[in-house]
Amino acid sequence: MKIITGNNLRSGAVVWWTGYDWSLHVEDSIDVGEHAEAVIQREEGAQRVNGAHAVEATRDEDGVRPAHIKDRIRALGPTVRPDLTLKPADPAVGNWVI
Amino acid sequence: MYRYDQYDQAMVDARVAEFRDQVSRRLAGRMTDDQFKPLRLKNGLYLQLHAYMLRVAIPYGTLNSRQMRKLAQIARTYDRGYGHFTTRQNIQYNWIRLEDAPDILGDLAKVEMHDIQTSGESIRNISADQFAGAAADEIMDPRPWCELIRQMTSFMPEFSYLPRKFKIAVIASKADRAALRWHDFALRIVRNDAGETGFEVFAGGGMGRTPFIAFRIREFLPTNEIFAYLQAVLRVWNRHARRDNIHKQRMKILVHELGEKEFARQVEAEHAGFLARGANFPQAEYDRIAEFFAPPPFEQGLNDDIDLADPEFAAWAERQVVAHKAPGYAIANISLKPVGGIPGDISAEQMDVVADLAERYSFDELRATHSQNLVLPHVRKADLPAIWRALRDCGLADANLDLATDLIACPGLDYCSLANARSIPVAQKIAARFADAERQARIGELKIKISGCINACGHHHAGNIGILGVDRKGIENYQLLLGGSGDAETSQARIAGPGFDEDGIVDAVEKATELYLRQREDGERFIDTYRRIGMEPFKEAIYG
Repeated sequence: MKIITGNNLRSGAVVWWTGYDWSLHVEDSIDVGEHAEAVIQREEGAQRVNGAHAVEATRDEDGVRPAHIKDRIRALGPTVRPDLTLKPADPAVGNWVI
Repeated sequence: MYRYDQYDQAMVDARVAEFRDQVSRRLAGRMTDDQFKPLRLKNGLYLQLHAYMLRVAIPYGTLNSRQMRKLAQIARTYDRGYGHFTTRQNIQYNWIRLEDAPDILGDLAKVEMHDIQTSGESIRNISADQFAGAAADEIMDPRPWCELIRQMTSFMPEFSYLPRKFKIAVIASKADRAALRWHDFALRIVRNDAGETGFEVFAGGGMGRTPFIAFRIREFLPTNEIFAYLQAVLRVWNRHARRDNIHKQRMKILVHELGEKEFARQVEAEHAGFLARGANFPQAEYDRIAEFFAPPPFEQGLNDDIDLADPEFAAWAERQVVAHKAPGYAIANISLKPVGGIPGDISAEQMDVVADLAERYSFDELRATHSQNLVLPHVRKADLPAIWRALRDCGLADANLDLATDLIACPGLDYCSLANARSIPVAQKIAARFADAERQARIGELKIKISGCINACGHHHAGNIGILGVDRKGIENYQLLLGGSGDAETSQARIAGPGFDEDGIVDAVEKATELYLRQREDGERFIDTYRRIGMEPFKEAIYG
């Protein structure tokens, strides 16, 4: 699947396109298929997000998983600071990116 | 240390107001990202993996307690309670909101700090020996020269749109604690046979994807010709630089392509032109600046002994304390490399403790080092036990200066949008493997430096053991390099062989150190043994 990500203009936070808005959580991503470019162009015009771009991902029973490690780290947060990730209660959360 | 006059303050305040306007226009949608990006970069504001990252300048690594407390307050108020000291003696915050950035710059300006020229195609923060003004082996304090060059080059139109970034370092001792020859332009203050003070000048160094060690372009440059000479260097670079190719824009590439001799010839010709046109040295301004760096009022007649009765304190003092030029005083190094920690990271609470120590014990002065540690430059030896206890109580009393666990590591793929692989987890695993104090002491000086990409912010080219993280089809892979150094005998590390995964690189580092222990002769450091026996025995030990 193809999903769209970027950074929120105000906070810089990593965000993912849900089909109608942006979410902090990669599992909210939708498959934009062939429409990635159109979404990116429209959202660039709206100027809510910096650097919107499409990345490859897969979806399984555990949710959406970006194909590249860089995007998985973007989705999670720094693996060396589990307390600062989106799942701070799980000290082994960094294993998800590997 | 240097204090702003009304002109400095007015310039910095104006910059804050300008950036506030730029940010408001961006947030209001009146500026696109493409338009805004070069403006934010001129103010040290990057967009990294998880958020905006703000890099704050610490000119030549010197700061006072008021400034350190402000850095702590910024970490608490606008970030997530910590900061990260970099290999350019700066500090970075990883979780900045764009709308907060102008307020942070305003807060910095209140304590005579800024983020100007911490990014972009400009002269970056000028670095210096972290022991400047305190070292027993220096000719003079190099920082007045750093400050003068900083003032000369800040906002100067000719230097504001350089082909690429440009890094300068200044030291004043034979020992090189600033990785001098890894800079684009580097100065060592020397005295000639006539007793005159001048600069030994190096040019064309740099790390990154194409590393070069700077060559000596001038054996002795009279100090009052420094502006003309720097301007001549920059003008030759500006004239020929490959602005069409980002990978060939650094001055080191020009030096390599023109050849050292031809580059030097053109610089000397340009320099002669400047002198012939009557380039004047601002002696009065130098004198004004130098007054700020007058030695603090050291007490006379202090006891020069250190009480080493407490073995824990003794272990720390023997590793972290360095000779000072004033009797009864010492330089105390503060490690930001706890085993299991993140190299260079420091919490707001720790910043406050260090600020208190500087204020109480070190004439209100602190230094940040390019090795991502801190320094209390002027402490009475009698105060060292109290300093150690305070550091111990806040987790900053590791005794590992220049040992295997004193690793340099860039933020890597955990934070950096340019990185290809994570650096910090590798640093943590190596530190855990070598955590035993006795083992570290047996190995002795060993400088391990890790970069998460070819840009080399972790200085892997200068590591006795260097590690470069690369991306192998989406999998992190780590190349091992050996033989690098940033000291007076500067050398470039060479790739040992095929790369490793995260655990494999830790094993490889261990095998290299074990071979060194087997092969070393009396008094040899790791780098000495490597230089004597060469790469092959290491390759055999690691890959054989």
